[in-house]
Amino acid sequence: MRAHADPAVLLPIDGLPALLAALGRDGYRCIGPAVEKGAIVMRELDGNDALPRGLQAEQGPGHYRLVADPHNRYFAWANGPQALKPLFFAPQETLWRAGRGDDGALRFEAVLPEAPKLAVIGARACDLAALALQDAHFLRPERVDAHYAARRARLFLVAVQCAVPAATCFCGSTGDGPVPTAGYDITLAELPEGFVAHAGSDAGRALLATLDLAPATPRQLDAVQVQGEAAAAAQARALPGKDLHDALMRRLDHPRWDEVAMRCLACGNCTAVCPTCFCHAEFDQPALDGASSTHQRVWDSCFGESHGHLHGFNVRPDIRTRYRQWLTHKLAGWHAQFGRSGCTGCGRCIAWCPVGIDLTGEVAALMAEQP
Amino acid sequence: MDTPGFAKPRVAVHKFSSCDGCQLAFLNLGEDLLALAARVDLVHFAEAGPLDPDADVDIAFVEGSVSTPEDLGRIQRIRAHSRVLVAIGACATSGGIQGLRNGVFDAGWVTQIYRHPEAVASLERSTPIARHVKVDVELWGCPVSGPQVLAALNALLLGVAPRDDADKVCTECKRAGHPCVMVTRGIACMGPATRAGCGALCPGLGRDCYGCYGPAETVNTATLAAQFGRFGLDAAAIAQRFQSINSQAPVFLAAAQAIRGQGDD
Ligand code: SF4
Ligand code: SF4
Ligand code: SF4
Ligand code: SF4
Ligand code: SF4
Repeated sequence: MRAHADPAVLLPIDGLPALLAALGRDGYRCIGPAVEKGAIVMRELDGNDALPRGLQAEQGPGHYRLVADPHNRYFAWANGPQALKPLFFAPQETLWRAGRGDDGALRFEAVLPEAPKLAVIGARACDLAALALQDAHFLRPERVDAHYAARRARLFLVAVQCAVPAATCFCGSTGDGPVPTAGYDITLAELPEGFVAHAGSDAGRALLATLDLAPATPRQLDAVQVQGEAAAAAQARALPGKDLHDALMRRLDHPRWDEVAMRCLACGNCTAVCPTCFCHAEFDQPALDGASSTHQRVWDSCFGESHGHLHGFNVRPDIRTRYRQWLTHKLAGWHAQFGRSGCTGCGRCIAWCPVGIDLTGEVAALMAEQP
Repeated sequence: MDTPGFAKPRVAVHKFSSCDGCQLAFLNLGEDLLALAARVDLVHFAEAGPLDPDADVDIAFVEGSVSTPEDLGRIQRIRAHSRVLVAIGACATSGGIQGLRNGVFDAGWVTQIYRHPEAVASLERSTPIARHVKVDVELWGCPVSGPQVLAALNALLLGVAPRDDADKVCTECKRAGHPCVMVTRGIACMGPATRAGCGALCPGLGRDCYGCYGPAETVNTATLAAQFGRFGLDAAAIAQRFQSINSQAPVFLAAAQAIRGQGDD
């Protein structure tokens, strides 16, 4: 896995504040892990915030609890309810404004987001793979999404290699983790004495150079490799293959869809936490004076009625067709759109489903019988 | 509607059996209310001053449920005088908290509780406005929020249908970035069955949604109830989750009846 052109350096275990300070000097606002309402969330760190330490995220279907990490590590929690997606695909934002000018004529004006330079600390391999898929969707050469692009261009990503996958993680089987291999500016792997760091971009290289760090030793590099292999081996869940397009499309009438529809709440939480889902709805918000309005974009989900609403009828009137849309778009439709599956194995849809429906379990059940 | 040279649209706010909380959604608008007042004629709004209940209006907001014999005639008169009728709040859309008496009403209680039972004029059932007259727009919530009322009124003034968001509270909860209380704490949240509109207020405070915006579209109450059971709630406690502010909304009523039915087996 490790094919870094750059030499690895060691950031001492107490060196994270120095890393944050260096990013701050470069004009970045730092987003990193914080404990909020019983979960690891990504939020802006102010200079005095210490990163949470000694926590693991115990996860299962419909289950997430922070528990103690016996080794008191900084990054022993695998992931939280969200990571990168809200930072560039905003949950709600204004796209444009319409109003009447003094001459009475209608005017349309683009509203671009304020996009500060953001540095994210603690992105996981599954999140980086998902970001590449979001890029493929929002930054299509023939149609670049200006709002996404503005935020995305100013992102500095500090990745972390996972040492403790959650029970819900299956990035090994999708080929997206647990070792970050691309898409970061810097990647860290945590060892007891410090973080073995590699740069993945010029910006990352320049930043590491300002920290004046000692090279990592061969023993440390070996330890990092062993850690990554052990994390992959520790994953209990898996998908039965990287391309399930044909197998799933042959099973559109499988009785399992009816069965899962009985258990599914159509709450859309799986799509909201999925780092690759990109659906959104748009509506207009008139201003109070009646003279102008803003055009809003919000996250949407194929589990909602309005998502399947076409003129005069609904293509997905029930939970069966909505669950089927989610699973087959993710694991089949994505291949046609983006040349790979839309699942990077982060396991969030399993943990954050309030009734614990397990995507890998549903796929296994669908595949168990011949169509 | 507000073309210069014509009279401003006339608006009324009426109260039926309710706590006045939804009318406060107007009053709490503060400066926005003044901006609004410049665009409409508020001809009847007892809580704010003007009184002319039988005036012809373009838009009538109706808070409260039909709960007394007197209400029966009054709602008909309001409908006859209003071009567009908007029912606001849980009382007006589902019958409200007072709907808990439906089906269990017993005149004996009234004599036990009130010293002058003859002073109480109450129908056996508390019912939503749409049970009695045609309702053009329903705004759910207990209470409705200021922005919700403003958005609806704004849309009506512009001559378009107000946006009807019947998605679940979970969609707002996730947009707001709140960790799910079902998943992190195993507590019984009504969000997956409840209509959006509050902005996921309760999960934002780390507690469970209790369903004050009424049922969302396409809900699976049986599965949600079963999950509440796994969290340790017994049948009576689960039924109560569906039997609070919007107990008479058909989807919640059916859910509670199904749970109580199972419990009786
Ligand atoms: S489908 Fe589930 S496991 Fe796969 S990327 Fe989305 S949330 Fe993660
Ligand atoms: S259709 Fe559903 S599964 Fe596909 S991107 Fe949209 S929300 Fe996600
Ligand atoms: S899915 Fe893989 S990369 Fe993502 S948090 Fe789990 S172990 Fe880490
Ligand atoms: S699978 Fe789970 S999270 Fe997704 S819509 Fe169904 S109940 Fe909600
Ligand atoms: S806390 Fe409640 S409203 Fe929020 S996602 Fe969980 S179930 Fe839905």
